[in-house]
Amino acid sequence: MAVLRADRAIPDSVVRHRLDGETALRYLLIGLFGLFLYLFVLYPMAKVLWRSLLDNDGAFVGLANYVRYFSTPAIAASITNSLYVSVVAMVVTVFLAFLYAYALTRTLMPWRGVFRVVAMLPIFAPSLVQGIAFVYIFGNNGIWTRLTDINIGVYGAKGIIMAEVFYCFPHAMLILIAALTATDARLYDAASALGASRLKTFRTVTLPGVKYGLMSACFVVFTLVITDFGAPKVIGGKFSVMATEIYNQVVGQQNFTMGATVSVVLLIPALVAFVVDRLIQRRQYALVSSSAKPLEPRKNPLAEWSLFAYCFLIAASIAAVYLVILVVSLVERWPYRLAFTLKHYAFDTVGGYTPLLNSVYVSALTAVGGTAIVFIGAYLVEKWRTRASAPLYALSLLPVSIPGMVLGLAYIFTFNVPGSLLNRLYGTLAILVISNLIHYFTVPFLTATTSLRQMDAEFENVGSSMGVPFYKTFWRVTVPIALPSIIAISMYFFLNAMVTLSAVVFLVAPGTELAAVAVLLMDDAGDTAQAAAMSVLIIATGLMVRFAYGGLMRGVTRRTQAWTATATDQVALMGTGSLK
Amino acid sequence: MTGSWPSGRSGTPSSVASRPPAVELDGIAKKFGEVIALESVSLWVGEGEFVCFLGPSGCGKTTLLRVIAGLERQNAGVVRMRGCDVSALPPSERNYGIVFQSYALFPNLPVARNVAYGLETRRMPRAEIERRVDELLDLVHLRPHKRRYPAQLSGGEQQRVALARALAPSPSLLLLDEPLSALDARVRQALRVEIKALQRRLGITTIMVTHDQEEALTMADRIAVMNHGVVEQIGSPVEIYTEPSSLFVARFVGHMNFIRATACERPGWVRVGSVELRHRPGPTPPAGTRLTLAIRPEEILIGPAVRDGENRIVTRICAMQFLGAFTRLGLALPGDTGPTLECDVAVNALAEVGAREGAELPLVLNPEALRVFSDGD
Repeated sequence: MAVLRADRAIPDSVVRHRLDGETALRYLLIGLFGLFLYLFVLYPMAKVLWRSLLDNDGAFVGLANYVRYFSTPAIAASITNSLYVSVVAMVVTVFLAFLYAYALTRTLMPWRGVFRVVAMLPIFAPSLVQGIAFVYIFGNNGIWTRLTDINIGVYGAKGIIMAEVFYCFPHAMLILIAALTATDARLYDAASALGASRLKTFRTVTLPGVKYGLMSACFVVFTLVITDFGAPKVIGGKFSVMATEIYNQVVGQQNFTMGATVSVVLLIPALVAFVVDRLIQRRQYALVSSSAKPLEPRKNPLAEWSLFAYCFLIAASIAAVYLVILVVSLVERWPYRLAFTLKHYAFDTVGGYTPLLNSVYVSALTAVGGTAIVFIGAYLVEKWRTRASAPLYALSLLPVSIPGMVLGLAYIFTFNVPGSLLNRLYGTLAILVISNLIHYFTVPFLTATTSLRQMDAEFENVGSSMGVPFYKTFWRVTVPIALPSIIAISMYFFLNAMVTLSAVVFLVAPGTELAAVAVLLMDDAGDTAQAAAMSVLIIATGLMVRFAYGGLMRGVTRRTQAWTATATDQVALMGTGSLK
Repeated sequence: MTGSWPSGRSGTPSSVASRPPAVELDGIAKKFGEVIALESVSLWVGEGEFVCFLGPSGCGKTTLLRVIAGLERQNAGVVRMRGCDVSALPPSERNYGIVFQSYALFPNLPVARNVAYGLETRRMPRAEIERRVDELLDLVHLRPHKRRYPAQLSGGEQQRVALARALAPSPSLLLLDEPLSALDARVRQALRVEIKALQRRLGITTIMVTHDQEEALTMADRIAVMNHGVVEQIGSPVEIYTEPSSLFVARFVGHMNFIRATACERPGWVRVGSVELRHRPGPTPPAGTRLTLAIRPEEILIGPAVRDGENRIVTRICAMQFLGAFTRLGLALPGDTGPTLECDVAVNALAEVGAREGAELPLVLNPEALRVFSDGD
């Protein structure tokens, strides 16, 4: 049993295992996933970047386009306009949502469940629906304007901000509810034992505890607003923001070069917000220890009733917005002839129900395909550490910082190339599915990664020690355990694909119109009642799907209860990660 | 049991001389980036033998086990199983069963399906699988729980399910990665006995990784003590305990007293303070070399046997620690203020020597038990 100590240095390379079928399959899948991300993320983005350095005839001009962008006041104004609108909407939304979330989590006021459900409504509507509703309420012929004779001048920054606050409210609320729930009751016990006043406790315990949640909400709202296209399109009037500027340059003036230039500039704030948010989220996890005790709210009638009044007001406003849309879609001609009619549901200008059916079809395909690709991709990246893991992970996180308008334009550059093989995708439903899939890729990817990381790292090793191939263990163990996350991921894909406008607005073709695009087209054409009717159907579809998923999730949870002590509400969790 | 088990015996090194060892490692080296986890490890495990890799955390013992399993690829060296080089084989072709520290039981499958997991891909008839699962569950006394899910079992029961699952496909090698460390002390002791008995009965070659020296001493046929990526010593538990080959092994296994000393002119003698002591025959370094003496608390002689003669010193009792069956005395050597020696005394012997704090206690450091290590070790 001599102990050998070799003098020779240890080589850097490892002893290779013989390549068996299983390993080959694994490498093949990793390669395919890499190819997918390259083709639909990296390559299109490089195209946009490159295009911004060319003139309209395709000659290289360096940064000349950027110089022109910044020196043409009419276009350059879109930058400051975008920043202004985003910052104001961010501050207002986060403030309102914080109070709302605080009331829901830290008091025993009645109707908490109802308030929570109502505040979720905007998730199910394309962002331009809020814009249309505010036109109906505060526009030149709006009900408010007619009743009070006060025209608040809703077209422009004011209208955009109002619409965005409603649109972003549920996203901010979900993040803040999560932050306010993740607290430790012992801190409050300590504060009261030390004789701290309510105000002092709020300042020294509550606020520091939700600091990261607040920041995260700010970044999410900021990103949502600055990348949003729908609301500024319908209510912005002459007030141009970067997202609408891209649309105007590309669709209005056929100036693809300037469109690409604005796109690259729009990438910057979204990218910065994303990176900072990631850094912050990483810290949030360490904040609450596993031994923390949940906080049980105590009775406090005065606070409860004032917060109840506040929540009632907010919930009523949100409900009112959708009520207006519903009513408008069901009456002859708002607000002149209020007789009931279903004629706006004929959709004669956009080809009947094709757009809605297309939307449901595309959403379903996005849900199925997206869930499969995201989950398998996350599995490959997470479970099989190779040199490709880090770049694939980074590429999977990138899409969240690509604004929809930029992605859509990038896809034009990539897939509208006559003669290229990629051109076959152009004008198909497939390209719409793929763009949705990439547009909403990151949040599901992170959800899948988290769920895979919670699993024992040795499942596959146990399997392979017994000669069971990894794909069998994946199918029989990994997938069943991750089923709640998988369901939540597919729901996220479906609901977002139903309401998205920004990426697909560039990619729809005759025969592949989508419902949200139809809303935009009908609104543009002055058929606002039909636009409202389509919005109602989009929202109704979303609600039905959400309801069905709720049932599915309950079923799965019941089945898995036998083997898991803690079945978490993944549907609720997913909402908090909705960066888009 | 069935005849499907390899018919090995609890092997002694000589009994396997005619056959190639079950596992043979030759110059295994592994590094993670710049960190060297294993530095040329060579050893063999005989057919039917139970070998423990023992060492502190970070010594490379788990990495070594994973190299054998093919879950970690070594930078250099060869792994042989029954004489065949398996270094290039993926884990699925190495024919072993493994129990991880976390057990990695499939939470969504009932106990019986967990145990059947490795059998179901082998085109075995359903009835055959059923029979084999029952057989294994009987073996670990869990047949009544076959329809339960892992989360509904206690830690010790989960451990036994993992063991049954690893054994189900009749592997020729069983790998155990800290299998008992997640359990509380009482369950751990019971399982030690149970696993050892099972291993004996099946005669399956077993390698277990542990940081618990008591576990290694009670279960293993041979122990490989590891430190900083190298094997410090391999031997039977008795050898490891009584003849530690290095200061590290002496310190890591069992309880040991260490005394600083210098070599004397007289070969085999050292000086501690003002006394000269004779030690166990060993290397004779030049006079003046700094050395460390080592003796176990139970090897120190006290009481009537201590009169005059070699290695007699008079110490002072400065601490008494009651430990149930015996009392551990903290003793100061002449000239020292604090305790430098610990000595275990049975309860009835305690009164005999009149031990109390502050009292003087003559004792003999039996030369045959007084090991000597050079300080460089």
